[in-house]
Amino acid sequence: MNLATRWRLALMVAFVLTLELASRLAWIDPVSFIPPSRMVVGAWQLLRSGDYTDDILLTLSSAALAVVMAVVAGFAFGVALYKLPRVRRVLDPLLMSYYAVPIFVIYPILIVLMGLNRWPLISLGVLFAIVAMAVNTLNGLERVPRVMLRTARALRMSPLAEIRLITLPASLPFVFTGIKLSVVYAFIAIVAGEFVLSGSGFGYRIAFAYNNFDNPSMYGLMLLLLLFVGTLNMLLHMAEARLYRRMSRAAT
Amino acid sequence: MSTVTSTTARELGTSRASRSWSDGVILVLALLALWQLCSWLAGPEILPTPWRTAVKALKIVRDEDFPQSLEATGIAFIAALVISAVGGVSLGLVLGARRLAGDVMEPLLMAFYALPKITLYPVVLLMFGLGLSAKVTFGVIHGIIPITVFTMGAVRNMPIVYARTALAYRLTPLDFARYVMLPAAVPEVVAGLRIGFSLTLLGTLIGEMFASQSGIGHMLMIAMARNDTETIMALALMLFLFATGVNLLLLRWHHRLAKTG
Repeated sequence: MNLATRWRLALMVAFVLTLELASRLAWIDPVSFIPPSRMVVGAWQLLRSGDYTDDILLTLSSAALAVVMAVVAGFAFGVALYKLPRVRRVLDPLLMSYYAVPIFVIYPILIVLMGLNRWPLISLGVLFAIVAMAVNTLNGLERVPRVMLRTARALRMSPLAEIRLITLPASLPFVFTGIKLSVVYAFIAIVAGEFVLSGSGFGYRIAFAYNNFDNPSMYGLMLLLLLFVGTLNMLLHMAEARLYRRMSRAAT
Repeated sequence: MSTVTSTTARELGTSRASRSWSDGVILVLALLALWQLCSWLAGPEILPTPWRTAVKALKIVRDEDFPQSLEATGIAFIAALVISAVGGVSLGLVLGARRLAGDVMEPLLMAFYALPKITLYPVVLLMFGLGLSAKVTFGVIHGIIPITVFTMGAVRNMPIVYARTALAYRLTPLDFARYVMLPAAVPEVVAGLRIGFSLTLLGTLIGEMFASQSGIGHMLMIAMARNDTETIMALALMLFLFATGVNLLLLRWHHRLAKTG
């Protein structure tokens, strides 16, 4: 464990302890903020009671579906943009400003189109994540050394073999960043959609608990969600670090 | 000879400019065609046609309540953007200059960036109540992180000789930030500002959708509750045009800085 990691841990522990003290001693309004220890108890009770298991699984599976679809479609989109530079030049300003618009204003339209079930949420997640994936794929493809592509042509590889054996491995770090962003964006869009309008899921339950002044449940659910997303991020980060190590070893 | 090269260069320049113009026209036309097609397929009650959306947008702009909403959103957004920009740049400069602090904070910042911050809305609401401060807080928590991270990255990649020179001149930390770090980091800071701008707008609007009784976000929320798709599309169109316009301006600024720098 290096110095920075130790500092970081100490900082986080200090932060949680300060919150605990501040809310126990009622420095911050105890009605609006409960001590972290009670959040943990709330989260544990939620998990044990099993009432929320369906909602949690629903949100997680929706997010997983959205991520898979966004990654596959976004990669294909990125490759297509790379192969068709004219289209790319035309679409560039759109890709640049895509994330400036709160995409979930079109959520009601999606609900009308697909009905009030999980599919509008999944489409929302895909729409939100796909452009990040495509842009990162494009960045990665642009950095594939020209000589590798020439080799592929000299060996008369089929387009699929070229992608599988050359383009994908060579642009993997960027593609991986795209996957990481897709996970984050899909989660954000789906939970936000559940907040706005939905009858089930993580976001809906948090909004419901908030409306009922059920603070232990609300903070418990939030803690669980933060833990899920945090763990997922850490796993992806570790996988990425391992990937980089392997690639730098292969290069030397 | 020189006249020949200069004319070809000028022709090249004009053809590039006209090509970027034609690109823009093609993009707009293609988007409009796609939109029209979708609205034919889905039915105009579900997805209004571009023409009807434009008419509705004009009607909203002429409405006498609109300036008030625009003002409410504008004040919140500008406040959030100023806080994000100033806070993000100064935080980024400090974290970039102190290597250990940067190493400690970067993963934490990235983890926070990755959270669905909308889940924090009950906390923000309970702490700040309905109104301006909650909206601004929402905008800031969305926008400050990318600005910080970009600034930090730029300061860290600054040539080490700059820092040594500053040391040799015995600059105070404030002068060091003002005369060395900030100018060296400006292109990256502008890139961060571009992303921060988008996210601050998003955050402010989300804040308004949940935590406010006024502004564009509130109008959107009402339209969503009434399933008034024309208003939704009209507002979305206006937001999109505004965001794209500012983005293009910032992008042009970034290109100019990158070229001269």
